[in-house]
Amino acid sequence: MTLVSELVLTRNQLLQLARSQENSDFTAPLQRLSHITSDLQEGVMKTRMQPIGNAWNKLPRLVRDLARDLNKKIELTMLGADTELDRQILELIKDPLTHMVRNSGDHGLEMPAERRAAGKSETGRIVLNAFHEGGHIIIEISDDGKGLAADRIRAKAIANGLATEAELAAMPEAQIQRFIFRAGFSTAAQVTAVSGRGVGMDVVKTNIEKIGGTIDLKSTAGQGTTFTIKIPLTLAIVSALIVESAKERFAIPQISVVELVRARRAGTNARGDGEENTIELINDTPVLRLRDRLLPLVSLSELLGLEPADTSDGGAHIVVTQVGSSLLGIIVDRVFDTEEIVVKPVAPILRHITMFSGNTILGDGSVIMILDPAGIARATGVGAGADNKLMKPETVDETGSTDSLALLLFRANDTERMAVPLNLVARLENIPRDKIEYSSGAYVTQYRGKLMPLLSISANPDVSAPMQSLLVFADGEHSMGLMVDEIIDVVEDRLEIELASAREGSLGTAIIGGQATDVLDTGYWLARASRDWFDGGAADSGARKKRVLIVEDSAFFRNLLMPSLTAAGFKVTAAPGAAAALRLRDAGQMFDAVVSDIEMPDMDGLDFARALRASGPWRDLPLIALSSHADAGDVEAGRDAGFTDYVTKSQREHLIGSLRQCLANMAAL
Amino acid sequence: MTTATLERPETVSHGGEVYVTLSVAGQLCGVPVLGVRDILAEQPITRIPLSPPDIAGSLNLRGRIVTAIDLRTRLTLPPCEDGSKRMSVVVEQSGELYALLVDQVAEIMSLDGDLFERNPPTLEQHWARFSSGIYRLDGRLLVILDIARLLDFSNAN
Repeated sequence: MTLVSELVLTRNQLLQLARSQENSDFTAPLQRLSHITSDLQEGVMKTRMQPIGNAWNKLPRLVRDLARDLNKKIELTMLGADTELDRQILELIKDPLTHMVRNSGDHGLEMPAERRAAGKSETGRIVLNAFHEGGHIIIEISDDGKGLAADRIRAKAIANGLATEAELAAMPEAQIQRFIFRAGFSTAAQVTAVSGRGVGMDVVKTNIEKIGGTIDLKSTAGQGTTFTIKIPLTLAIVSALIVESAKERFAIPQISVVELVRARRAGTNARGDGEENTIELINDTPVLRLRDRLLPLVSLSELLGLEPADTSDGGAHIVVTQVGSSLLGIIVDRVFDTEEIVVKPVAPILRHITMFSGNTILGDGSVIMILDPAGIARATGVGAGADNKLMKPETVDETGSTDSLALLLFRANDTERMAVPLNLVARLENIPRDKIEYSSGAYVTQYRGKLMPLLSISANPDVSAPMQSLLVFADGEHSMGLMVDEIIDVVEDRLEIELASAREGSLGTAIIGGQATDVLDTGYWLARASRDWFDGGAADSGARKKRVLIVEDSAFFRNLLMPSLTAAGFKVTAAPGAAAALRLRDAGQMFDAVVSDIEMPDMDGLDFARALRASGPWRDLPLIALSSHADAGDVEAGRDAGFTDYVTKSQREHLIGSLRQCLANMAAL
Repeated sequence: MTTATLERPETVSHGGEVYVTLSVAGQLCGVPVLGVRDILAEQPITRIPLSPPDIAGSLNLRGRIVTAIDLRTRLTLPPCEDGSKRMSVVVEQSGELYALLVDQVAEIMSLDGDLFERNPPTLEQHWARFSSGIYRLDGRLLVILDIARLLDFSNAN
């Protein structure tokens, strides 16, 4: 095989030479040589192809043994066993496949008694299915077992420090399930002789990625799990796009290239042909508007630490690559043609550079590095988590409001990118600088006939600009304006706080639109504004503050709710679960109202409400349900359980209104 | 591609060894001839971004990709002046080929074991690390390079 590869390379080299010399006597025989080489290559490839059934022939026995050891009834079905793939790849996927079938039998399928109880047939099914799809082989391994235990994965992810509770709360199920591909991640409750030793799916994933494949899974609780492996037909010869960046040439495997886009660099003048795209910068991060979506870009020369070439003509090419389900644009200076290349592994001393998947020799005899789009994506943080909406616009609808929300991006403190959930912002204003007045140590402005306090995120607000951008937050009767340098954009993204912040006024740092962004702690600024407000003059009504208990299992939502309720004038206590709340009750604590989440582990909100209504000092308190789901059925169920009102998590204003309403009703009684 | 074919000297003196001598920044060095696969004149070298500074790049040796190591950088010597032609000595280490970029390849020498001495203890650290000993020649000293240690990048830092 290596010989054939070499032959192909040499042929390419000769063809390249022949192309530069027109009308050479060599042209005709070279053409023939080229044809023969192609035929030979094809022939050799064919002889290397073996049916995948060869890798499967030990599985029936393995499953039989497994069934006996575990006292389960397992039926193995193998479809598409005659699908052919390269012998070398076959060898490499044999072990991962065996491991996964074993996993399915051990973790996936339940004991016969459990299956009967779940209304399934006693015999569990494992189905192996292999087929060709567009230059790839797809292998599916599915079982009709209990599916992945999302709770256990969550618990384990927190225990292993892979994600915080807040991050998990914002993650879609599918992403949580992918944690099983992380190292040292076994959710088997107990170690059996068969599996659960902590060496597992991460090794499988690494092995499959090593041969340029990908693995994904789909799991539905109670219905089973399906793993999908996608691997290239052959390793030896691939077609690659040759690009140039900073005068160095690189190859990008054609298979990961989706399209090529010509664009102008930011800050250069349009040449007037109208349809050219422009690379735009968000705080030095390049992005491209491609068909009404933002495509994250990365400059190859910067990524590889090369001297950027002279780009005075302003032209750039963007190679749009697909990694998993995310898209990433790689900015290069020039694009040459595609070439058949033979992938050779890089020298052992260079293996640690993850940007390259190999190297090869081009037709002109020069050595060229092959870029690994997966490695580049990892290095830039794309594809690590959230799916790119460019590829699958429908995922936004699927995942619902808790996963993806509208975020307002703005700039403050000169260059810092910050974000705030859009539904917390009442209005955006742009007021002339001379309308801002300075009164008793604070900035204020006259806004809709009232004085509104203004706060600035930066310690030294820039007072030279003629106009000032404001984010207006309104909370009950109070409103406040937050002075920011610039309002950038509104984006739809998941709010996953990756790094907690030590700084006041910021909840932490999240990746929004592929870039690190500070998330504004609205509660902090509101509290500060209202304190300033009270200090400024108007005295509090003097009434005793109403005490509210929040029962919510997610720390993220607790943190979101507490400041805003506090700012609205309530005295807030939070309990992380129904049990903790009941303990407070039994300890003799008294509140004026209780706000409880519906979806909680152990005891859910409905049971909690019934428990409160049944007996005890809290039985007549107003009880407000807080849930991410609020269709008519849910509301009905909530009322039946004893909730006074039912509010969705996203409607914060509504919650405060509802609280006031309930408390007023109580007072009237 | 100009490749000098090495002719093995007919007489190999007893107890001694045969070395390819080369010069790096004026210092005469030697590598055992049996470890040498090729001697190359100047070659086009493809830079490898993000690689350690010792690695000059890769080059194409009759269809094999060879990693080129800049011996000057490896021995923490000043880089050579731009434009000067540099030769390479190709050696093999556990199945992989490496090209050592040197200033000049001199000659093949068969040396008597009596002339061999261990490294003087005062030899600078970065030389002592890669040298297995020294031969006293007429008027010059020949530092014998240890290929295995030169190519061991596992604890490069």
